[in-house]
Amino acid sequence: MTELLKVDGLATYFKTESGLVKAVDGVSYHVREKEIVGLVGESGCGKSVSQLSVMQLISSPGKIVGGEVIFEGKDLLKYRANGPEMRSIRGAKIAMIFQEPMTSLNPVLTIGQQLTEMLDLHLHMNREMARERAIELLGLVGISGGENRIDDYPHHFSGGMRQRVMIAMGLSCNPRMLIADEPTTALDVTTQAQLLELMKDMVEKFQHSLVIVTHNLGVVARYAQRIYIMYAGRIVEAGTTKDIFGDPLHPYTIGLLKCIPRLDEEEGRKLVPIEGLPPNLINMPSTCAFLPRCSYKTDRCYREPWPPLTHVHDEHYISCYVNTKEKISEPKTR
Amino acid sequence: MTTYIIRRLILALIVILIVTLIVFFVIRLLPGDPLIIFLGQQAQQGGITQEELEYLREEYGLNDPIMIQYLHWMGGIFRGDLGTSIYYHENVGVLMAERFPVTLHLGALALIFSNIFGIGLGMLAAIRHGKWIDTVSTVIAYIGVTIFTPWLGILMIYLFGLQLGWLPIAGYISPFDDFWLSAQKVVMPVICLGIGGLAGSARIMRSSMLEIIRQDYIRTAWSKGLRERTVILRHCLKNSLIPIVTLAGISVGIIFGGSVLIETVFAIPGLGRLLVTSIFAQDYVVIQSGTLVIAVIIILTNLLVDISYGWLDPRIRYG
Amino acid sequence: MVKERNLSEEFQEAPPRVSEWKRFWRVFFQRRIVIFGLVILAIFILTAIFADWLAPHDPYRGILKDSLQQPNSTYWLGTDIQGRDTLSRLIFGARTALAVGFITTGVAAFAGITLGLMAGYFGGIVNMVIMRIMDALMGFPLLLLALLLAAVLGSGIQNVIIALAVAMVPGYARVMHGLTLSIRENDYILAETAMGASASRTMLGHILPNALAPMIVLGTMQLGTLILAEAGLSFLGIGITPPGAAWGAMVNDGYRYLRSNPVLSFAPGLAIMIVVFAFQLVGDGLRDALDPRLRGLL
Repeated sequence: MTELLKVDGLATYFKTESGLVKAVDGVSYHVREKEIVGLVGESGCGKSVSQLSVMQLISSPGKIVGGEVIFEGKDLLKYRANGPEMRSIRGAKIAMIFQEPMTSLNPVLTIGQQLTEMLDLHLHMNREMARERAIELLGLVGISGGENRIDDYPHHFSGGMRQRVMIAMGLSCNPRMLIADEPTTALDVTTQAQLLELMKDMVEKFQHSLVIVTHNLGVVARYAQRIYIMYAGRIVEAGTTKDIFGDPLHPYTIGLLKCIPRLDEEEGRKLVPIEGLPPNLINMPSTCAFLPRCSYKTDRCYREPWPPLTHVHDEHYISCYVNTKEKISEPKTR
Repeated sequence: MTTYIIRRLILALIVILIVTLIVFFVIRLLPGDPLIIFLGQQAQQGGITQEELEYLREEYGLNDPIMIQYLHWMGGIFRGDLGTSIYYHENVGVLMAERFPVTLHLGALALIFSNIFGIGLGMLAAIRHGKWIDTVSTVIAYIGVTIFTPWLGILMIYLFGLQLGWLPIAGYISPFDDFWLSAQKVVMPVICLGIGGLAGSARIMRSSMLEIIRQDYIRTAWSKGLRERTVILRHCLKNSLIPIVTLAGISVGIIFGGSVLIETVFAIPGLGRLLVTSIFAQDYVVIQSGTLVIAVIIILTNLLVDISYGWLDPRIRYG
Repeated sequence: MVKERNLSEEFQEAPPRVSEWKRFWRVFFQRRIVIFGLVILAIFILTAIFADWLAPHDPYRGILKDSLQQPNSTYWLGTDIQGRDTLSRLIFGARTALAVGFITTGVAAFAGITLGLMAGYFGGIVNMVIMRIMDALMGFPLLLLALLLAAVLGSGIQNVIIALAVAMVPGYARVMHGLTLSIRENDYILAETAMGASASRTMLGHILPNALAPMIVLGTMQLGTLILAEAGLSFLGIGITPPGAAWGAMVNDGYRYLRSNPVLSFAPGLAIMIVVFAFQLVGDGLRDALDPRLRGLL
């Protein structure tokens, strides 16, 4: 399968009153055609910012300061943020759906209007065609009675349904890649499951790639083929879903997995939260950012800068100096 | 939507009723006997007897109990008869018919002027937040709100009228009589009338837009690949206009208030000036009717504002 | 056993909680333009207070033979038709403006706060009656309302104050009403009532102090409007008229002699604008420094 998107060394910084926040600090990943990729990390680790950077939706005080975003062979960062090239890609080639269905739709426009404007803009459909297509799309995402609902306003819909509308909008112009930024975080569990299944179906049907950004490993376990784990603005582990769940190598990943209850383990295992707090992204030290919370640390970790992403085998990469298979974890002395 | 409109209409009518009561009874508290003032002129020409005084009092219904006078007046209004001015000796309806269009003309122009420029300025300031146009807009907004409008009028008269001779300095002429001259006479008063509203609109538009631009749904709009123009005009504007519409309603009140001053400065024969003259002459018939007309207009404007809310923000229709 | 957190030195401690007042003043004094406004206000207030010492001539009586002079060394801003020194009248006009401004605000605020508080606290029919009347009054343009009332009451400074105060009451009442409603929802108010506190104790002891800060901000913001309204009234000849020194009336007087002595109109008008401008700046500064939750009401 060919590479659809290759991000290399992406860096996005925010200038704030308190200092320079390095939200994304050298992120590299790739997405192949028809692939479902998960991007997992805690709040504030930079996963959303990285995707917004790919779409060049970063506005002041944020700025994309480095890296390349190669999509279909061209570096998107070379284009002006609001120039015609980026605009022809947004929505049409790469679409994005956001976390908050309650506020991501314009309250004073009907959902029909919000759907058809994309069809008009990118596919140059006339009114009737666009309207019909919009109704089709609604049906596709599981909203029945599209004809009656197309002239309704967003506040007539529940959160889950609004998110379906967002998905419909995202898919309306047949993009080659869909980015879903925490698509189900704001919804209840049942709706979450429905929406994820829906997105998977869409991928099969339309054969686009899907990037799911989430803090919930469970969400990507079932759906993603490959997973990237992010921490403090960088990728710390990358691999296939099997690698990550079956053979986690980075201390952070190990820590994350220890917090999740699993059906296939013995009863009575304690859930072990990772000690400490996510780091303040201002004035980050040059050493590994996970160091203060790590149970596997060695002297080397204190001396050398943040480890680069190194190849372990096949698709598995980690950013760590320690071989966690050999070293025994040393939880902090109490 | 219809129930919404009907409810608002009924509410407006109730308020109008309350206003008529207030207007009527407050005016009655005017010190002095209007009849004496009116007769003051007569008295100079020749004496007036006690009987004639009494007769006139009867004539004007000033001897009836106050509730009867009120009902009489209300009845008259419904018939379209607003009474006879004590000072001008003319039918109030006729007086108003002469003066009202003048004030309306200026007021409408001022409203258009203040809103178009105000909205435009505010939008620009928001879109180019932090750049120089933002600063300019803020300065203009401050000046518009703090300036003493008669003084502005006088300054403009001095500069454009006396010194430069570009514009006529006083008076009014109907655009139907002489369009070009009318336009010239109208420029300075309209600017003075509208500047407050302009400042207000600009300010509100700016802050409204700044808030809207940061909303999630605007980010969604950007992510669809729409052009800046589309995002601003289709997605931001309708949302931002809601507070402006409120302001438009308030503006009407402000403009009426301003008319009183501006018409005095520019010697324009409008409703404002009529009101001032009547107050000094204690011509309560005119004061009554004039105030009522103004109040009704303001209330109806607010009704329109409420209705347009329903159109602008669909969420309100069911509230 | 007590767990000891052993955080790395690289992490900073959470900053200590700064007192609300300190934060308020810090934000308030942050912007230079606000300080600029304060300076102007200080000048204005001092001028008004020390008018007797500052004015070079008698503002109320002039020397007829000195009438309509251009600005010169004796009369820095010239004289009016009666030979009165414009500068002195300007200085005393500050006193008039200040007096009317503060007293009117005091009266209006007192009445408005009381009405708003009662309406918000008691709700029901009290609320309806009070707020409907306020709405009806607010519908009127400020100047017209004040004009009518002043006409009814007659000329003289007290009547102007009453007229203006009545016109401004709805503004205070409305904001106070909103504040009362929101403060009332706080749990500690419910707790007070549960403990048996009387209505007046709750209103005065708890709701009112919390509303104090935004009310002060509102008052400052309204002062500028008030000065403009008073100027409008005296311009029309209602309220303080010559020989009294009021800026609005001075503008009107000077208008007649615009061709020959423009300073007569320009000076007082400029004074009005500067002072109102300063009030606006300071008022906005106060509002911006206020707790964001309360800002929405203003």
